[in-house]
Amino acid sequence: MNWNTWLPVLVVISSMLPGLIIFGLAEHRVRLRTILNLFGAVVKLFLVGWMLWGVYHGQHFETRLMLLPGLELVLRAGPLSLMFITLSSILWLVTTIYAIAYLEDSPNRSRFFGFFSLCVTATIGVALAGNLITFLLFYELLTLATYPLVVHRGTEEARRAGQSYLRYTIFGGALLLIGTVWLYSLTGTLEFAPQGGFLSEIGAEHHTSLIIIFALLIAGFGVKAALFPLHGWLPKAMVAPAPVSALLHAVAVVKAGAFGIVRVVYDVFGVEFATDLGVTGPLAWLAAFTIIYGSLRALFQDDLKRRLAYSTISQVSYIALGVAIAGPIAAIGGIIHLVHQGLMKITLFFCAGNLAETLGIHKISEMNGVGKRMPWTMAAFTIGAFGMIGAPPIAGFVSKWYLGTGALEVGQGWVLIVLAGSSLLNAAYFLPILHRAWFRDPPNNWPHEHDFGRKETAWPLLFPPIVTAVLALAAGILASAPFSPLEWGQIVAQREFYKP
Amino acid sequence: MEVVFKEFPWVAVLILLPLLGGIVCFLFSGIAKFTGLMTVFFTALSVLGLGWQIFDNGVYRHAVGGWGAPLGIDLYADGLSLLMLAATAFVALGVSVYSAGYFERGYSTRFWPIWLFLLGALNALFLTADIFNLYVTLELMGLAAVALAGLAGGKNALTGAMRYLLATLLGSLVYLLGVALLYHGFGTVDITLLAQRAEASPVIWAAFGLIAAGLMLKTALFPLHFWLPPAHGSAPPPVSALLSALVVKASFYILLRLWLEIFGPLVSNTDVSTLFGLLGAAAILWGSVQALRQTRLKLMIAYSTVAQIGYLFLAFPLATAAGVAAWSAAMYLAFSHALAKAAMFLAAGNMLRFGGHDRISDLDRVVQRLPLAAAAFALAGMSIMGLPPSGGFIGKWLMLEVAIKQGRWEIVIVMILGGLLAAAYIFKVLGHTFTQAPSPHESKAVPASMEWSALLLAIAAVLLGFLAIPVLSLLNIGNPFGISEVTP
Repeated sequence: MNWNTWLPVLVVISSMLPGLIIFGLAEHRVRLRTILNLFGAVVKLFLVGWMLWGVYHGQHFETRLMLLPGLELVLRAGPLSLMFITLSSILWLVTTIYAIAYLEDSPNRSRFFGFFSLCVTATIGVALAGNLITFLLFYELLTLATYPLVVHRGTEEARRAGQSYLRYTIFGGALLLIGTVWLYSLTGTLEFAPQGGFLSEIGAEHHTSLIIIFALLIAGFGVKAALFPLHGWLPKAMVAPAPVSALLHAVAVVKAGAFGIVRVVYDVFGVEFATDLGVTGPLAWLAAFTIIYGSLRALFQDDLKRRLAYSTISQVSYIALGVAIAGPIAAIGGIIHLVHQGLMKITLFFCAGNLAETLGIHKISEMNGVGKRMPWTMAAFTIGAFGMIGAPPIAGFVSKWYLGTGALEVGQGWVLIVLAGSSLLNAAYFLPILHRAWFRDPPNNWPHEHDFGRKETAWPLLFPPIVTAVLALAAGILASAPFSPLEWGQIVAQREFYKP
Repeated sequence: MEVVFKEFPWVAVLILLPLLGGIVCFLFSGIAKFTGLMTVFFTALSVLGLGWQIFDNGVYRHAVGGWGAPLGIDLYADGLSLLMLAATAFVALGVSVYSAGYFERGYSTRFWPIWLFLLGALNALFLTADIFNLYVTLELMGLAAVALAGLAGGKNALTGAMRYLLATLLGSLVYLLGVALLYHGFGTVDITLLAQRAEASPVIWAAFGLIAAGLMLKTALFPLHFWLPPAHGSAPPPVSALLSALVVKASFYILLRLWLEIFGPLVSNTDVSTLFGLLGAAAILWGSVQALRQTRLKLMIAYSTVAQIGYLFLAFPLATAAGVAAWSAAMYLAFSHALAKAAMFLAAGNMLRFGGHDRISDLDRVVQRLPLAAAAFALAGMSIMGLPPSGGFIGKWLMLEVAIKQGRWEIVIVMILGGLLAAAYIFKVLGHTFTQAPSPHESKAVPASMEWSALLLAIAAVLLGFLAIPVLSLLNIGNPFGISEVTP
């Protein structure tokens, strides 16, 4: 048996199988469910580590299965895929620990963790997809697996949020389907081609079609990546439990959309061909607009999770921006932000969840003095917030640095204004939170306080945000160490984006 | 041993076994359930046998009693017949297991004989090589279907069944007139001989008009679908599953066969295929919008069938330039729809039985209490919406590919709109099953066999998304779509 052809499938199965088993478990089998969850997450992490090592040393991991005449289901582990699955599998482990504690004693946990595992399975599939149809398949699966998580609470509000989520994502999926079939009917292949895409051979008479296809694909992915004006579902989906928000924003859904944009620009069209077609410019403008727009909207939210949601809309567009600037350094900035934003945003959502679960705090106006009551949580929150603002030495700074220098390198100075404006706005909506939390006096009573004895909260709730905050810090400080996101991003750019 | 299998007249078994089983069920009502299940099981095995046979030997032609055409009865099986037989066998298995749990003793003795007759008629229909026998099987099938639809009794069911009876009789009658014209004009009812003798003439046009009208009525193509929702909506759920999954497909199959063999080349006037395409598009949009407006689950599913029938007719305009691809896509859709729609009706039946009602907005907490039914509904819904991975996705992908290659953007848009509307009505149901409102009604337990038969059919519809290569190669045995192929 050749491990290299089986490893990608095993990575997918390592979360699917536990998920399917968990569906069948009775509600009270907490211990078995927990073991299955953690076992799947750890096995996945191990397998991903193995692939990471292999790819670093130039090995290939690929699985193929015939799907249709001429079309195959392809799972392939390249450097870019590994960047995404490493992030997802680390964060999945952390989020699982968090979710087990967060949902303790709440109903329907078997259903929740079943779909939770399927959601990660679909994300891993998206990351490993070696052609557009495989991508599409897992991308739609992700939509379906996430829906039950969004409506998990079962309230009327949750139902509406779920319907809104579906309206956007199914519509986006339809656009994506048209674009994909159209592309296939023009080219007869959908295989991702690193270093230049597979379209540059196409005759000039099809260029108009290709521009429309680009728009369709970007719109399809833009829905999940919450590009303006396709972002409306994300703030509404905040009714879901905190681990789901973490999953949506950092591990799976939003990232899958952004990752799709990277794939389209680099592996389908090829960045040079896309620039020649003139489609990267509008994408860059749209991303820049979304960055500013999301930050402006975030400024006016009093609900903590909604503010974070608008912040995501803004931050994820950094990835699209980095890709659309169409220079090697900016591209590195974009793809490492995939990881950096994930680490920082998940920290913030974990902290928001802790505040809600421990003290019943949902609004920013209720956060006075919370740093004194929950110092560890708020310390993690502070690291995440400063990272978002782009303060050195936290990870967010590295992304912004590369985006900025990358933009200058290709003579697109206007991007610096966007970056500066965004940092300013980020500061404007994060610093007041920090000020309230650390420098104001706490109220006499918290809205709805749980008692955790001498600890500030249950430790499985506290441990995940601290870990992710430390990782975010490490990704910034140790940016030039081997296997850091930055180093790996450079490998990606060398091997997949640009011809040496 | 192997020779026995290869030469064995599986086709005869496929027709005679269900009829025999039906008679036994009728005479010995005490063992009706057991006999019925066994009959269906062995009929399904025979489909496997036939599949093996024609996979090895190619097209199968059997002259009953040694009298060939034009005198005797010919049976004929190619990839297209096999696909329909396979769909029938799968659905029959699922529905039979379900029905064994569903029908109480009193109904059981009436259900099994009629259902087995219906199965025999369906199998015979898919194996027939002449247009008169097609009429006979069509009529048998229609009558058995009406009897099943009225099985539940009660005002709604009987009104629905009555309308259904009138529609089906009218359809067969008009079809028979067309057959008579053809026989009068060309002196044979054998499809192959007709294909050789027939030439473009007013007789052909008249016969085609009559046959097409009759079959469109029986297939419930918009705007002749009026009888379908009340009949399918008010029948007992396993019967609705059979009607929606198989019975409407059978008349479509006849229309397709005759179009491919006889009429297509002769009336190869694009107006006709354009008309079919337009009606198909109208069916998709109208059926989906109506489905979205329904407040009762079963009626919603019935209107969804009206919409899904439309996709099959979209293949007509596409097939003029790319016959094999377009028909393969349509038949893939038909196969997936048969499995998915059966699963959906069965799942709806479980919800109905459990809660005592099928009002969509009151389906609270179904997911917690009937997880398997909800899962079956959701998985079947995936295929109906055409989301990957599912059989419905493969069918839609193939059809979209043909449409885009030909630049038929209006068809692309209709298909995408149909998918979006389908998502809207399916998630309308799923959204309500997740809500937490307290349920005021008493619940009635659902046997595991009923839950699992629905779920397995739905899983089969999803798995069909990975079986495109073998299914398509089986479908093309004997090159059923070859005639209308125009090489560019």
